Amino acid sequence: MEPDSDKIIDQVTRQDYKYGFVTDIETEFAPRGLTEDTIRYISSRKNEPEFLLEFRLKAFRRWLTMKQPTWAHLTIDPINFQDIIYYASPKKKKEVAGLDQVDPELLATFNKLGISLEEQKKLAGVAVDAVMDSVSVKTTFSETLSKYGIIFCSFSEAVLKHPDLVRQYMGSVVPYTDNYFAALNSAVFSDGSFCYIPKGVRCPMGLSTYFRINAANTGQFERTLIIADEGAYVSYMEGCTAPQRDENQLHAAIVEIIAMKDAEVKYSTVQNWYPGNKEGRGGIYNFVTKRGICKGSNSKISWTQVETGSAITWKYPGCILLGDNSVGEFYSVAVTNNHQQADTGSKMQHLGKNTHSTIISKGISAGKSNNSYRGLVRISKNAINSRNYSQCDSLLLGSSCGAHTFPYIQVENKSSIVEHEATTSKISEDQLFYCQQRGIDAESAIGLIVNGYAKEVLKQLPLEFAVEAQKLLSVSLEGSVG
Amino acid sequence: MDPILENSITLERMLALYEANRQVLSADDTPILSGIRENAFISLGKLRFPDTKMEAWRHTDLKESLGRGYDYYLHPTKETDIQKVFRCNIPHLDTAIIGQLNGWYVSKDVPLMELGNGIIMGSLAEAKKKYPALIEKYYGQAAHDTEEVFTALNTAFEQDGVFIYVPAGVKSPKPVQMINVIQHPENIFLQSRNLIVVGDDAQLSLVHCDDSYNHQGSFSNIVTEVFLGRNAYLDHYKLQNINNNSTLISSIYFKIESAANLESHYLSLNGGLLRNNIRALFNGPHGNANLYGLYLMDRKQHIDNHVVVDHASPECTSNEIFKGILDENARGVFNGHVLVRRNAAKTDARQTNKNILLTDNARINSEPFLEIYHDDVKCSHGSTTGQLDTEAMFYLRQRGISEESARMLLMFAFADEVVAKIAIPQLRQRIEDMVKKRLQGELRICEQCVLHCSTPEKPLEFRVDVSKI
Repeated sequence: MEPDSDKIIDQVTRQDYKYGFVTDIETEFAPRGLTEDTIRYISSRKNEPEFLLEFRLKAFRRWLTMKQPTWAHLTIDPINFQDIIYYASPKKKKEVAGLDQVDPELLATFNKLGISLEEQKKLAGVAVDAVMDSVSVKTTFSETLSKYGIIFCSFSEAVLKHPDLVRQYMGSVVPYTDNYFAALNSAVFSDGSFCYIPKGVRCPMGLSTYFRINAANTGQFERTLIIADEGAYVSYMEGCTAPQRDENQLHAAIVEIIAMKDAEVKYSTVQNWYPGNKEGRGGIYNFVTKRGICKGSNSKISWTQVETGSAITWKYPGCILLGDNSVGEFYSVAVTNNHQQADTGSKMQHLGKNTHSTIISKGISAGKSNNSYRGLVRISKNAINSRNYSQCDSLLLGSSCGAHTFPYIQVENKSSIVEHEATTSKISEDQLFYCQQRGIDAESAIGLIVNGYAKEVLKQLPLEFAVEAQKLLSVSLEGSVG
Repeated sequence: MDPILENSITLERMLALYEANRQVLSADDTPILSGIRENAFISLGKLRFPDTKMEAWRHTDLKESLGRGYDYYLHPTKETDIQKVFRCNIPHLDTAIIGQLNGWYVSKDVPLMELGNGIIMGSLAEAKKKYPALIEKYYGQAAHDTEEVFTALNTAFEQDGVFIYVPAGVKSPKPVQMINVIQHPENIFLQSRNLIVVGDDAQLSLVHCDDSYNHQGSFSNIVTEVFLGRNAYLDHYKLQNINNNSTLISSIYFKIESAANLESHYLSLNGGLLRNNIRALFNGPHGNANLYGLYLMDRKQHIDNHVVVDHASPECTSNEIFKGILDENARGVFNGHVLVRRNAAKTDARQTNKNILLTDNARINSEPFLEIYHDDVKCSHGSTTGQLDTEAMFYLRQRGISEESARMLLMFAFADEVVAKIAIPQLRQRIEDMVKKRLQGELRICEQCVLHCSTPEKPLEFRVDVSKI
């Protein structure tokens, strides 16, 4: 394309990561490195019951026998797991009872991120659980929610207050043996969110978790557990940011969702971890295991993700469709720019009868980045009359990036139908010309076209997120068309 | 003479065999060829036989195949009665027939046919002696993948195979038919190597069949290198029809120069375990490759098509269509990999894989991959797995066609997308007949070559005079 637009691309992609600030908060750390002692330290800091410590130690021992996977289409610099601080928490003086008692620095941080806890509480009507470094700092709206019997709190709190629920469900969807990073997380996870929606309750507001890595040299290992009991409904949102640092930081999280009979869970993510600078220095390694299980019949789990951040993304939110007639959905927009790498997609395991799944993945690569879709659709022998439709489109902006598609399809019965299609293209010059001819400058035109391209996914996002996601898309991409 | 191996195939055994028989193996080699063989042996030492933990072999388990005992010979197996073996084919004098028995070139009295127009066809071993410069120019230039264990194994051990050379500007007057017949009283392990060169502006039609004549097991490791010169044209057919105790690993490497045109067809009708490694490399701009595959499998048969199309040059087009019908306990694997390299602007690559499963015990793994490093490309892939179109079925039933016939018709139509691409009319007719018979379950492997006659007493009646092929 014309050199003009190259220039624009350059200018726009030079835009800085605006969440790259560091907040000066007193933080206490676990000693650097990972041994059984580190795990005991974390566990004792959190006053955890014995079963959890056992779980952690089992996971740790298993982790020691595992090897970091190399199959993804990613180049990962070796990670020194002994050079990471596995636990960092903003120092708390006492139990926080209300927002006014929260460290003002902390509140300022979240306000800066555009997630004013206060504001959210009053205006948006979204209950927020904010996780800074490793520890959940504040959960809003817990009281309102508790009227409905909904439990929404930090994971640590759930461990202490609802140990039975935690014990029953933790690790039931993502066992600690699942993969290398899941084992690591199971050993060292520090906090996260916990959510339980009781039978027949439709959660009156969106629930949201906000993750923030603040301290240097730390890794973040949070764990989210969502249980939707029979007939329950919840929409859950997750957002994340991190400061700009030269070294790579590791984020290895686990999200587990359990949907019982007739339940529905909608999980939306806007992932905006620090992606590293233009030369590919720094940035977050985002190695996340997310999985939901449609345990009961007619249940539904829907994943929507907008991935713009992280130096390296490795995540495959998936659904185990165990209940008959259950539905799994995955909508994704993954944007990579500069030296970012992403290997992301979905896993749909059809086990129950008449199960349906949909995968819509839109990859956009620019700069020198590599963006891969990797997805599994498996229809087992008993999953008769099942149906999957996958569509994976890639958009390449510029000639030094890469866009790849790696679908894995396995069908084991005769009554199911699986369809997969993918296309790869660049922004059409006709479309660009059309917009420009009507007085829209190249940059806005590209933003418009990209947003249009991703619309199918963006429209799945809850309103609160859709605006942010659209803005993010333009920021990440503006001008990157060449 | 006795076989040098009467055991299961393991890498250790093969390495030891190589050490012990270096001289015999490289008897016909020039120093350069001998060097290639020795290099293959060295890389072989660093590799291991596939297991299902390897990504490329995840769905194809060779444990059972390799574990059977096989005879392995370093010299041609006894030719009992060549006339009888190639009985079906000998009358068709209009086709240039190249016969191979257990991988060895047959009819040693004319080891190398030199046709007046410069075309050379015959034994690779003989060609190494007679045309060393020509062989050295091409041999190992396309199949130089040191990571592929079966290619390395073949390169280290190959002693014979077929050599076809069509010089620049020459159009082969009639199709060439390569028939590799496997017939041996015991289980046999064979490795043959084929080298096919189609020069600049030259044209060739090549039909390559693998048949087995009895029920004895076999393990074939066949490597074929194909070079298409500038603006060359090759119409290539690979017919696989071996018995259910046989394993066939067929690796075929195409090197396509600028503006050359390749049409390649893979028709897998029978076989215990079939693995096609198909590699097409565009070595110059404006090349075109059409790859078509059809697999009809039943019982416990296993088919695995691994196709890599490497767009290393700009403005090339490739199109893959692989379709399969899987019945009973059959398993199918399709792994297509389109690689568009950084400089390959204006690439147009398409990939399609469609499957029909007829039972709940059949299984398909479909993995159509795209790996793209350039933005100015048109790439797409599609994969579907399902059953026969219910609406089409309804339409036919409504018109009084029995369910059985309607099913047959629809399956035939499904297969026809690939069959219709066959350019030689007589061959297309024959394949159509075979597909029909296959779908009706009539084409089970028999004592005789199923390709040509269903039973020795009662020859298959083809509507078309096959002798005109």
